[in-house]
Amino acid sequence: MSKEEKELRKDELDLVQRIVKRMNVLVYASLFIVLVAMFNIMAPDTAERWFGETEKEALPEEVVAAISDDLIENGIHVKTGLIVDDGFNQVKATCLACHSAKLVTQNRADREGWKKMIRWMQETQNLWDLGQNEDIILDYLAKNYAPEDKGRRAPLKNIEWYTLED
Amino acid sequence: MKKKRIGIHELYAKDPIEADRLLWGRESDPASRRGFLKQAGLAAMSLALGSKIVHANEMPAGLIPTLLDQPQSDFELPGKHPDLVVLNDKPWNVETPAHLLDDVITPADKFFVRNNGLVPENIDVDTWELTIDGESIPEPITFSIAQLKELFKAYTYQLTIECGGNGRAEFNPPAKGNQWSTGAVACASWTGVRLKDVLEYCKVKSDAVYIGYYGKDLHLSRNPQKVTISRGVPIKKALEDETLIAWAMNGEDIPVLNGHPLRLVIGGWPASVSGKWLTRISVRNIIHDGSKMEAPSYRVPKYPVAPGETVKDEDMKIIEAMPVKSLITYPKTGATVKKGQTIKLRGHAWAGDLAVKEMHISVDFGATWQKANLKPAPNRLAWQSWDASISLKEEGYYEVWAKATDEKGISQPMVVPGWNPKGYLNNATHRIALKVI
Repeated sequence: MSKEEKELRKDELDLVQRIVKRMNVLVYASLFIVLVAMFNIMAPDTAERWFGETEKEALPEEVVAAISDDLIENGIHVKTGLIVDDGFNQVKATCLACHSAKLVTQNRADREGWKKMIRWMQETQNLWDLGQNEDIILDYLAKNYAPEDKGRRAPLKNIEWYTLED
Repeated sequence: MKKKRIGIHELYAKDPIEADRLLWGRESDPASRRGFLKQAGLAAMSLALGSKIVHANEMPAGLIPTLLDQPQSDFELPGKHPDLVVLNDKPWNVETPAHLLDDVITPADKFFVRNNGLVPENIDVDTWELTIDGESIPEPITFSIAQLKELFKAYTYQLTIECGGNGRAEFNPPAKGNQWSTGAVACASWTGVRLKDVLEYCKVKSDAVYIGYYGKDLHLSRNPQKVTISRGVPIKKALEDETLIAWAMNGEDIPVLNGHPLRLVIGGWPASVSGKWLTRISVRNIIHDGSKMEAPSYRVPKYPVAPGETVKDEDMKIIEAMPVKSLITYPKTGATVKKGQTIKLRGHAWAGDLAVKEMHISVDFGATWQKANLKPAPNRLAWQSWDASISLKEEGYYEVWAKATDEKGISQPMVVPGWNPKGYLNNATHRIALKVI
């Protein structure tokens, strides 16, 4: 263990010990969370503006790039498989907080169909109110994951031909 | 107006770095985007987690701590064949290509995965308990797995279980959910005790109507108060000889992804009645009202509807036995053969609670049918193997279609059957492509 690491570890331990002795930081943190929550409940619009602004200030471009792992190939975000288009960021941040991107990419629906899925998630799966993001998300889904008319039985697809020996 | 809730996911979804700052007072190194600058936030996060964060300086910024949100890995699926197709990784939903279902008894690594929640962690076989309770049980009784093995005779059956949504991908207009093609079905050899023996031991009352299971899988929201899935079957089905409380698949521990250490196995019905990670069975004097028993889950319209039609909840009925169906498991689709070459075909057929009576194959898009050899089932509710051989005289593109007929004379349709809002029960004939050169 290097000297620097030792010092860091000592610092960490000191801090934890200090906190255990004086719980006031935790109390302040809890108070802050409660205040934020109350602010959101009582003045959601102001909170939205306030959050929106801090979001822009707090995120330098390279940080966004690094945490979101932004490799894109042929218009597809490689890590998630989502189509990169207007609303991609909102979909990534909202939908993928709880479930896999595959639940988006393997499904197809029109705007009304996607809206029903969002309502179902809100009613039964603890999804929050999407506010202004809802329209952005629905536009993205309805455009990029719209149903295709398959008829009553589609032709067989993605066949990998090989030679079958006797 | 709806009350606005703010949760850890929402904060992190909005802006992970800001969430770090708001929740913990955390500032990370802006260059490496890791660690805790001047240790800010580490103490608060450590306290919330109930333990010190090891390797705190490596912790990426904007990450919900694993303890607060265990992420599911999408590159590691222990015990499963690498060619299975992952439809969803949170929760795990993984299907088996038809040619990998060629075994008469499906091996564990080729057994599909259909999970509704998160796989339980820290499973301890020795302390695992199963409680039998409900209105129709006089006194709840709890068993350990060792007690189940000691008190009751063990039975082994080959049982076919198929997800109610198998084949959903073909419905038009599309139905939401995992887009299964044909691979959410398997027939393994299961060992356990008969549910009926256990219920008789618990002095099940004559007013019993339904059983409902509960398991240890965690809801996707990680809220332990939310039940992921709790379904069941009418008491008549529950008391059949082949309804098992199983601890073994193919003579070994059930794979964790498939319900280790204990699960129900109820052959021939939608696999969602065969509860995994089983901890409780309630014997109800009403139709069980657990999670995903309600409409529209695992229900279909009481009458045929037009594609895309809206169906009221009260017009939906619970799916019971699965319909007649079959697969071509050999050869794999895409075979190129020579003119006149003998092509051996084989597969399996099953029919819910019934036996399969006949099996036919067609190489001319259903214009003519050739009868295949069909073996009897080793026991009730196991799939039946079939085989046939063909020889094609002319060059070109062919499809082999397979059609099973059950003992009541009901066959598989050649097109996708009646549309239903959730995309269940697609038992259209399986097709593979062949080319003669």
